Order: sequence, then structure tokens, then C-alpha cells
Amino acid sequence: MAKFTRGFTGRGKAARDPRLPPGQYDTGTQWPVLSAEATPKIDPTTWTFTVEGHVEQPTTWTWDEMHALPASTYAGDIHCVTTWSRLGMEFEGVSLDTLLAVAQPRADASHVVAFSSTGYTTNLPLADVVDGKAWVAFTADGAPLSRDHGGPARLLVPHLYFWKSAKWVSGLRVLDHDEPGFWERNGYHDRGDPWLEQRYQGD
Amino acid sequence: MPAVWHSATVVAVHDETSRTKTLRLRLDAPSGHQAGQHFVVRLTAPDGYTASRSYSVASPPDGGNEIELTVEHLDDGEVSTFLHDVLEVGDELDVRGPIGGFFVWDATTPALLLGGGSGLVPLMAMLRLARATAGEPAPAELVHLLVSVRTPDDLYYMDELRDRADATVLYTRATPPGWARPAGRLTADDVLPHLRDDQAIFVCGSAPFTNAVGDLLVDLGIAPERAKFERFGPSA
Repeated sequence: MAKFTRGFTGRGKAARDPRLPPGQYDTGTQWPVLSAEATPKIDPTTWTFTVEGHVEQPTTWTWDEMHALPASTYAGDIHCVTTWSRLGMEFEGVSLDTLLAVAQPRADASHVVAFSSTGYTTNLPLADVVDGKAWVAFTADGAPLSRDHGGPARLLVPHLYFWKSAKWVSGLRVLDHDEPGFWERNGYHDRGDPWLEQRYQGD
Repeated sequence: MPAVWHSATVVAVHDETSRTKTLRLRLDAPSGHQAGQHFVVRLTAPDGYTASRSYSVASPPDGGNEIELTVEHLDDGEVSTFLHDVLEVGDELDVRGPIGGFFVWDATTPALLLGGGSGLVPLMAMLRLARATAGEPAPAELVHLLVSVRTPDDLYYMDELRDRADATVLYTRATPPGWARPAGRLTADDVLPHLRDDQAIFVCGSAPFTNAVGDLLVDLGIAPERAKFERFGPSA
């Protein structure tokens, strides 16, 4: 590996926001759209969210049932593996803690796979979606989530790269083992911590 | 093949359009890529600061050590500005890849390729692979490429795409003189002559382009699982 790239000086450490993980840049007010499937049209009146698998009480919530639960807000940053970060966003939704308290993961539960109506999946250690770290989000910066950004509802796990925050999410399968999801089977890291630059398998 | 770091040497640079260049890189080992995959380019400053961006490979898999990356110059783009204005033949770059195991095609099963603007790049690797393995023009029952660009000045790889039986160029804002199809967005009438029941469909471009194509495919009754999408956000 080259020690440095001839002629590249970068933008200087002084200007670098400490909220940016290594290798990320600030996309400002832009919110890029990335996904591997056609953008679905999902009607909130037929949308549901299910927690199933290794739980005591498999449970499905409708849109109205979900909105009757206590709302919870995330204010902070999001980080995409393609190297953009967007700082200072605000999302509102329902904490997964609230949903898992109802479904009650069994003692041997260790991981979850989030799934979307498109067939998209992503895997997460159970520990990464409890204790106020994960949401089913409905709004971003005060407006309903657009279709492009996963509306009407997406998973939000902002401390991991954003492919873990499954768009058009329709449920969680609780498992007693790890099971790679869509991007994780296609070369991306199983956990995806941006502060450790866990971008690809082997990082 | 896992994504590994390579030292790459720039062996050629040429202009595709006024804002886009293709870099030819020689890696320290065979690239091992499939058509549709991308590489990360990482720039490192003397103080250790790094900036990385992903670029699709435009060249087809050929077993060799060289790859071509096509890079659009984005206003205020930290990496693309360096690659356009500073990088010279002979320079070394750190690159990582190949990356992406989903949006790939091996030119053995039928495919329809739909690209918008810079979304053409990974599809060009696919078309070039098909031509290399099945002859040129590639047979209609194997592949057809439709590419949508704003104006004639925005078309990459023009010499390989204009007036070819296996490729159709659509202009949305301005056409070349005497062009039969008026300027306009991709419609069902553009797609239908090339659509076959046995094709996988690869769609690559901006979010507005890929969303419009996605809606078009739904309207044509195409099962969502037949289509794979790669959306390009701004990548400065």
C-alpha cells in the first residue's frame, strides 16, 4: 500500500466534524437513496409489523396499533457504508424495546433478522437492537418517511451502517443463531460498526 | 472473492465526456471481478486523512490485472476532483475490490440492461462481456442495452454504443441532428421491443431514473424478483 497518495492533501483535520466516523464525509442536507430493489408502494392501512421466531408471544401490529404505542425519538447521525454520513437528523417511531417487551425473546435468543415487504433482509445481534438503540421509524425531520427512504416505515439502527436500517420493514425474526441477510451474503460485514469501519466481510 | 486491498498504477486516462474520465488501472494481482461489481478508491493525505469512494468497473472480466473505472467530476467532489485534476498516468492508488455480489451478470443467461446517465458504467461491463464471449453485436436473445442520457454530450463510450444492434441510446433533453426519436424520458414503447419473458433485468442510475423504471416495469406486469436495481446517490 502506498503511504500516501501523491498530490492529495485532504481537507485538513480542523474542518473535520468529530461526529464523522473514519472514512466518512458529510453529505450536508442531501440524503442519497440506495437500494437493490424496486421501490414498493405500501398502503399504511394494510401495513403490519411482526415479531416472530424465538419469542414467547409472536405478535403482529397494524399501523394504528403501532401508533397507539408510546412514540420515541432519535436525534443524531446516520452513516452509509458508501461513505456518506448525514448529521443531526431526527427520526420518530417506536423503540424496539417496546415491541420486544411484548414479544418476549426466549432466553436462547441471540440475533434477529429484519425483513421487508420487498424480500430484503439484514441480520443483527439482539444486543444491537435493545436498550434504546433501534426503532421502527415513521418520520424523518418531522415529515412522514418518503417511499424512497423506506416509507411508510423503516427500521432505524443508527449506530450501525445504514443498510442495517431496513427500508419498508415488515418484521423481525428472532433467532438463536446468526443468519446473514441480503448484503451480508453479498460481501458486506455481519455487524457494520462505522466507528470500526466494518464495511466488508473480513474487516 | 473477498474484497482485498490492491496497489494500483494508473496506466491510462481518457475523456468520456467533458465531465467524465475513464481511468485504466493496473493492479498487483488479477482483478477477479464480475461484470457489475465496483471497487473502492482510497486517497491518503500525508497526515493520514483518507477519503474513499466507490466506482463501478467499466471493463469486462478478462482474467487480467487491469480494470477501467469511469469517474464523473462532481462539483465540490473531494475524490472526483482529485481524480480529474491531479491524478496522472504513473501515479499509484490504493483500491479495494471487487465488491458487490448481487448486481452481477455472467453473460450466460438472457438479460435486459437499463441505464440512466452514469448508471451506464456497470451495464457497459456486462455488454462488453457479452460481446467478448458471444460476438459483436451481442445476440438479441442474450442481451440488449438501453441507455438514457440528457444530451449527446452526456453519452459515455459513444463509439461502442451509437448505431449498434445490441444497444439503444435514448436522449431526454436534446438529440443528435436528424434523430428519429424525439427527446423524452424512457417509456414502455422504448422497452417493449427488447423485452423478453426469460430476461433478468438490470437497472442502474439515479434514484429518479431507477424509480421511474421500477414503476414502468410494474406497469408492464413484470415480477419484481426479475429486476435488480443499483441506485447511484450523489457520491462526491
